[in-house]
Amino acid sequence: MASEALGWWGVPLAIIAGTLRGSAPFLLVSLGECLTEKSGKINLGLEGTLLMGAMSAYAVSYLTGSPWLGVIVAGVAGMFLGLIHGWLAQQPRVNDVAVGIAMIIFGSGLAFFLGKPFIQPSAPQLPTLSLAGWTQIPQLESALSISPLFILGVAIAPLMQWFFRSSRWGLLIRAVGDSPDAAKAMGISIFKVRMASIVAGSFLAGIGGASLSLFYPGSWSERISSGQGLMAVALVIFARWNPVQCLYASLLFGGAQAIGPALQSVGIDAYYYLFNASPYILTLLIMVITCSPKRTLTGAPGSLGQAQE
Amino acid sequence: MKTAVAAPQIKTAPPELEVINLTKRFGTFTALDQVSIKVTPGSFHALLGENGAGKSTLVKCIMGFYTPTSGKVLVDKLCRDIDSPKDAHHFGLGMVYQHFTSVPAMTVAENLVLSRYDSPQWINWKAEYDRLDAFMATSPFQIDLRTPISQLAAGQKQKLEILKQLYLNSRVLILDEPTSVLTPDEADEVLGLLREEVTAGHLSVLMISHKFREVMAFTDEVTVLRKGKLAGHGYVRDLTVDDMAHMMLGEKTEATPVEKVAIADSRPVLELKDLCADRDNGLPAVCSASLIVKSGEIVGIAGVSGNGQRELVEVLAGQRPRHSGDILVNGEPYQSTRKEMARHQVYTLPEEPLRNACVPHMSVAENMALRTFDCPPQARRGWLLSLSSIRRMAEGLVQVFSVKTPSVDTPVGHLSGGNVQRTVLARELSSKDINLLIAANPCFGLDFSAVDYIHSQILAARNRGVAVLLVSEDLDELLKLSDRIFVISGGELVYESPTAAADIKTLGHKMAGH
Repeated sequence: MASEALGWWGVPLAIIAGTLRGSAPFLLVSLGECLTEKSGKINLGLEGTLLMGAMSAYAVSYLTGSPWLGVIVAGVAGMFLGLIHGWLAQQPRVNDVAVGIAMIIFGSGLAFFLGKPFIQPSAPQLPTLSLAGWTQIPQLESALSISPLFILGVAIAPLMQWFFRSSRWGLLIRAVGDSPDAAKAMGISIFKVRMASIVAGSFLAGIGGASLSLFYPGSWSERISSGQGLMAVALVIFARWNPVQCLYASLLFGGAQAIGPALQSVGIDAYYYLFNASPYILTLLIMVITCSPKRTLTGAPGSLGQAQE
Repeated sequence: MKTAVAAPQIKTAPPELEVINLTKRFGTFTALDQVSIKVTPGSFHALLGENGAGKSTLVKCIMGFYTPTSGKVLVDKLCRDIDSPKDAHHFGLGMVYQHFTSVPAMTVAENLVLSRYDSPQWINWKAEYDRLDAFMATSPFQIDLRTPISQLAAGQKQKLEILKQLYLNSRVLILDEPTSVLTPDEADEVLGLLREEVTAGHLSVLMISHKFREVMAFTDEVTVLRKGKLAGHGYVRDLTVDDMAHMMLGEKTEATPVEKVAIADSRPVLELKDLCADRDNGLPAVCSASLIVKSGEIVGIAGVSGNGQRELVEVLAGQRPRHSGDILVNGEPYQSTRKEMARHQVYTLPEEPLRNACVPHMSVAENMALRTFDCPPQARRGWLLSLSSIRRMAEGLVQVFSVKTPSVDTPVGHLSGGNVQRTVLARELSSKDINLLIAANPCFGLDFSAVDYIHSQILAARNRGVAVLLVSEDLDELLKLSDRIFVISGGELVYESPTAAADIKTLGHKMAGH
């Protein structure tokens, strides 16, 4: 463990390290969901997409020996699931939450079915970038090595913010999500814009899956996602549909996830499972705090989750 | 990063728009039959007609939303194929819709840039703002570019819709009832500024309207449609309001005269004391509203939509919790429970009746029984429904209130707007000892004869001694029906006057929040 030689200092260090390691899937999935929801559709199926991405990335990396190819295939597998969701969720009078739940089951089922042969073998992992070149302490070095996918996510967040503000496509997506009637009057195809947003969002979620299986925890098993895809949806609400705030929220969730292991590493085993449950408790708390029958959320796209006539 | 440069705003003369023998059929239904109309450059043209006369179909054919079954659209004397609003824009035609088409969460500038058909892929906001400022300087209306649409008042939103078309360099503007959500002052301002642009020869305008006052004051020419056919055309200077009404309605139909009976012993029925209510977002919508409605009296509440009327009616109807304050009916505290409604005989005609007062998938008979199904004779022993007596009651009401429905078993959602309103009216006014009626925009979107019918029913109820609270965005309706009139602005009742003594100018100023 990273913190053995550092004593109590190891706890915050382990939490920081765990945050840097564990928040990449949250970040990529929440950015994908943010893009999707800005266009007015909810994609709960990103949990399935995440698993599918994790499985396909691991499988391709094992079979070809190239983890980067695995990352790309994970994204493509995500786009494939996104296409299905985008088409189904836009049929008349179809509820996108119901479709999303079906897609969770479909995506995870498909991933488990295809992923059976890849549970045992070990696949080449993604290279890591070290932030700790300045230190000689091996614990710090291993703690501060980060995934290139995390850096990708950190770069995408402000880019997406700028995209929503200063690009024609970004304005179109916001228009479609906020007021489909207005968009229709401008001659915009709502179907195409939403389809593109869902597919692009699913691509990001697929890559998030690759970060799970090719970096941390760095293996493929059926319990690998433990609901992170669903939590990322809650996180988008918490972040008020703002990509940069998605980044902060992801770090918070990633940090919450690291509390349990960090305390265990200094020998606090009591309440281990309770601390491990902190991301879920955080999700519930956010839902309770943000939900009120008397007011609507500021920043929510106007037509979010409404079925087409 | 390449940023396309918008064409400079040159005020060219508008093209001539002509429609020749246009016919549009939907299946077997002929919506437009051989209609011709000509908008000469630099003229303000009004298109009049009742609901369903084909006005919207005509302009939608011109704008390329619909493909005409036969007939031609000419721009500058050349026959044009217009298949989409984009094509129409290419020929200098632009339409302003009845409903706002701006995206509420975006700023004015973002909406303007987005509306451009040639807007660049990457937007350089500094350059765009420079250009937009220059455009604003030459435009007839001024709106702050950085304000989000959701914070604009209705009048400003309507101005923005028109500005959008000017920004797109449209030279022939088609306006679909542009003043339906504006106060009289706002309407005069918007139309007056457009009139100046037309007189200066920069624009032609084709305006769909119901309002004779605006037609007389601002337009040059008028074309009237009736039941899909051309019913008349002329220059406004040669016509009177009666001539136009005659063309619109065919045979001379007089509005049923309003006769009010004075009620001898009137007592307070509804009393609001410092009533406060919140919007969906938790901000105050109604602030300390206090008023009294007596029996045999219609109290009108005027105001521009979005000033708290909806929330006020929802509180009274039991759809929204109040924040604070008291409601007294017949002197007793009133919580809008079903029990209290039945005991005090309180009835409601909410706006959007299909959403607020009906179950769309249930039949006309079931909807008409929503108030009474749990009382005898429709419920035996308090719980067993007698479907036959529900049907019988509904058949009677359909007759009396002339609801046009294939049968009482038809789902109410299949009826037209006017007949849905009649169904609700039948249910709410059928009780013998009705005591209090709360009506909100009861005639919104209905045609002349339906409006007349509903007005006469409300008046008849008043003359029977019912206390009526009438909340409406239509000032003419309030001036015609109500005995006393209040103005609501920003959630407060800012003005009260007996209707006979009310001054329309003052009402307009109060509605606009001055």
